[in-house]
Amino acid sequence: MLTNTIIFSNQLPNLQYKSTTEQFDQTWEAPLSILLGLGRAAGADFIEFFLERRNHISCLAEEDVITSISPSLSTGAGVRVFRGKSDCFVSTNDLSFMGLKAALEKGLAILGLQLPTANAFIPEINLELLRDYANLRGKDSWLSLCISIREMGEVLLDSTAQLQKKANHLQSRRASYFRDWQEILVAGSDGTFARDIRLTQSVALNLLCADGDHRISMGDRAGNTSDANFLKTWDYEKSAELVAESAGKMLYADYVESGTYPIIMANHFGGVIFHEACGHLLETTQIERKTTPFADKKGEKIANDCLTAWDEGRAENAFGTIDMDDEGMPAQRTLLIEKGVLKNFLADRAGSTRTGHPRTGSGRRQNYTFAAASRMRNTYISTGDYSTEDLFASIDKGIYCKKMGGGSVGATGQFNFGVDEAYLIENGKITKPLKGAILIGEAKEIMHKISMCSQDLELAPGFCGSVSGSIYTTVGQPHIKVDSITVGGR
Amino acid sequence: MPNIQEIASYAQENAGKLNINKYDIYGSIVDEVSVQVDQGEPKQVKASNRSRVIVRVWNEENTMGVTSTTDVDPTGLELALKTAYEASFFGVKENVPDFSPEAKAPLAQAAEGKVPQAPVDQLIEKLLLAEKELLAAHPAITGIPYNGLAQRDIDRFYLNSTGALRNEAHSLVSIYLYSKTEEENKKPRSAGAVKMERKLDQLDIQGCIQEAAEKTISHLNYEKIKSGKYQVVFSAEAFLSLLSAFSNLFNAQNILDNQSLSQAEDIGKQIASPLISVYDDGLHPANIGAETFDGEGTPVRQVSLIEKGVLKNFLHSAGTAKRFNTQPTGHASIGAKVSVGANFYHVVPAVDSAQELSLATGENIILIDDLQALHAGVKSLQGSFSLPFDGWLVNKGVKTSIESATVAGDFLELLQSIIYVEKEPELTPQGVCPRIWVSELAVTGE
Repeated sequence: MLTNTIIFSNQLPNLQYKSTTEQFDQTWEAPLSILLGLGRAAGADFIEFFLERRNHISCLAEEDVITSISPSLSTGAGVRVFRGKSDCFVSTNDLSFMGLKAALEKGLAILGLQLPTANAFIPEINLELLRDYANLRGKDSWLSLCISIREMGEVLLDSTAQLQKKANHLQSRRASYFRDWQEILVAGSDGTFARDIRLTQSVALNLLCADGDHRISMGDRAGNTSDANFLKTWDYEKSAELVAESAGKMLYADYVESGTYPIIMANHFGGVIFHEACGHLLETTQIERKTTPFADKKGEKIANDCLTAWDEGRAENAFGTIDMDDEGMPAQRTLLIEKGVLKNFLADRAGSTRTGHPRTGSGRRQNYTFAAASRMRNTYISTGDYSTEDLFASIDKGIYCKKMGGGSVGATGQFNFGVDEAYLIENGKITKPLKGAILIGEAKEIMHKISMCSQDLELAPGFCGSVSGSIYTTVGQPHIKVDSITVGGR
Repeated sequence: MPNIQEIASYAQENAGKLNINKYDIYGSIVDEVSVQVDQGEPKQVKASNRSRVIVRVWNEENTMGVTSTTDVDPTGLELALKTAYEASFFGVKENVPDFSPEAKAPLAQAAEGKVPQAPVDQLIEKLLLAEKELLAAHPAITGIPYNGLAQRDIDRFYLNSTGALRNEAHSLVSIYLYSKTEEENKKPRSAGAVKMERKLDQLDIQGCIQEAAEKTISHLNYEKIKSGKYQVVFSAEAFLSLLSAFSNLFNAQNILDNQSLSQAEDIGKQIASPLISVYDDGLHPANIGAETFDGEGTPVRQVSLIEKGVLKNFLHSAGTAKRFNTQPTGHASIGAKVSVGANFYHVVPAVDSAQELSLATGENIILIDDLQALHAGVKSLQGSFSLPFDGWLVNKGVKTSIESATVAGDFLELLQSIIYVEKEPELTPQGVCPRIWVSELAVTGE
């Protein structure tokens, strides 16, 4: 029990705290404020503790059998120490006071700092009153409200049965689901003290159809944050129908002929184009690495007039929604591009320090083993002035990219992404399905070529891998037209 | 943090307390330090000490459940055993995973063991020096945006309730340098290199600098390439990344799940050119991170996958081996569903080719150094790929960097259209492989 508000370093080994192991609550204030004070007394400019507890379960149904139920439990902490513009990050599974102190000590030593000597006065950090988003928004009961193992198995089996009913030439069918419950606590030497609970769920249907030499794999994914009943309300009949229909169309599709085409990208997951081609390049991480062509373009035109884009943390139930980021800052709604003009970058704490751009509540990480970095949340292109029919009518010969696969952007700003379902457009009409397309281009160029946006904005869940690990994000857009892009094919 | 003997003892005590008679545990403890630098200054240092175990429990009805946890103290293990026991009642009733029959078999060789970690200062110093040298290699190289020097100690273990207990430890150090160029009126170009070793003082940092510099400089003068069909040569790294992306070809679990390009009866089928043989050899002397047993405790061994183009074997877990009436091969990772994966590829020329092909004399050949975006451009169940790449157009030994292009094809057709397997092997993190020549593939440029 903490008995004295003035602590000396030689008392540290005897201090005992009643921090609960079941919940990150106010009882963590005392040990964390001491540890943060220790770090400051050692000479660090800023120290941050990120504590995490995770309860994850995944379930897989193959054909008509549940073949995998995988619970996973984890706890840990990441300690970040800044000295000037240098920083180090230490992670540990040991959440005891001495375990956290050992991690802090390691971090300080890496930066050439030492804990105060015996009898040194330890200035405790005065933390804010716990900003508890879990409590404020009624999230404490979420885990207990989630679907049981038996129920999740039943839903998945029903969904694979729907695939069996709706698809032809089936070779295999699968449904997979995960529920990821995460409780986090952030304490910083600037007084930050905040707690949150997140509940992320996703379910996917996948099938493989084969007929002789013709093979096609197709999938559909839905995702949600914040709704414990998500799986119970998932419309698997509709999802199975969509997947079966797409697979049926694509099974006998010809390979796309490579070349440069005007394309129309569908709404929903079509938003991956903006995510890869531009979103990543507006993260301050990229400015720090000098890998974005937009570093000095704030206030300048970087895209076509028709393009306005946002990145926000608070879209209700979207896959990238967070109340606070992983550095304890409330999520913001950030205008990235307005009518083609670059308005803002996405900044985490370190990125803000190093680049001068204001923090946007975008410091995100996969888990306690990663330092937070500037990352996207729910990112989308806003609606435009055209109808989807207008977009098609403007193309004599082009490609309709109905369903996108994944993509990436390299250090030189070159991006690429695969197309899972594509169709030839001839004289404004969809004529035949095409497979094997991959779109490649330069970020700087493509943003000017997005010339028409329709009004049917839709968001889609996604997983984004980058410097701070794999995180949940949303991509989105209305149907858009790209005047020309290189399409790799056969 | 508890050591492996302590974890075994906690598991035994808790299993007894919970009346769990059959269980096994696979786990690892990783102690890691990595550094990054930026323009002469340390940028970020990361250190971690992480443990993770996965517990499998069989109930009275012999169905199995799992739980993984990072909490390896007695309380954490008790919770994991309890949760796995609860999950076991939802486990599969047919083909229930079981212990490997080889979980107590002698190992072919001992692991290399750990070496003392170097101080962080030394890592930073070496990486700063490497950055400086690479920046000095050419005026156009303006930054090394992606760089890192890391060292890690890995302890891993497997134990089960019949008394199997294996553990081993090894160390790894690695460096990667990825440089970027900027020149007026030219597009930025980039390339990189990776090296791995067991000890820092043996790590080929100079080799990494030189390779990164040479590759980056070679891309400075780039040209567009006309779309069409080209003879293509894959570097070791490019070929192995493609082979890995289509590894379902050899994966017995994928075959049982209908998630493979192969079928059980394909053993003995000519699936590639007779010029090539492919092995999986986790114990290959060049495999710096060699592990001697898999997640089920089965000893790792060399497995012949393709010999002279003929499919010879699949990679197995204990469960798939039982269903195929063969032996496990040391390629399993445990989970609610045991998965199978390759360890370390070894690709060799199967026969002496009638003709030796050479980039020094060939014309209009595309040399692919690095394939990108495999997660997006590979359709592993369809067998097709369409991928951006870094590479050169080579004419009689003269290499011209290709500005931006993709290569597309069907992997099974690619294997059949191999026309030459060079003799000189190159070491990559995924395996050992020479350059592979393919008669024709579709390339999209302009």
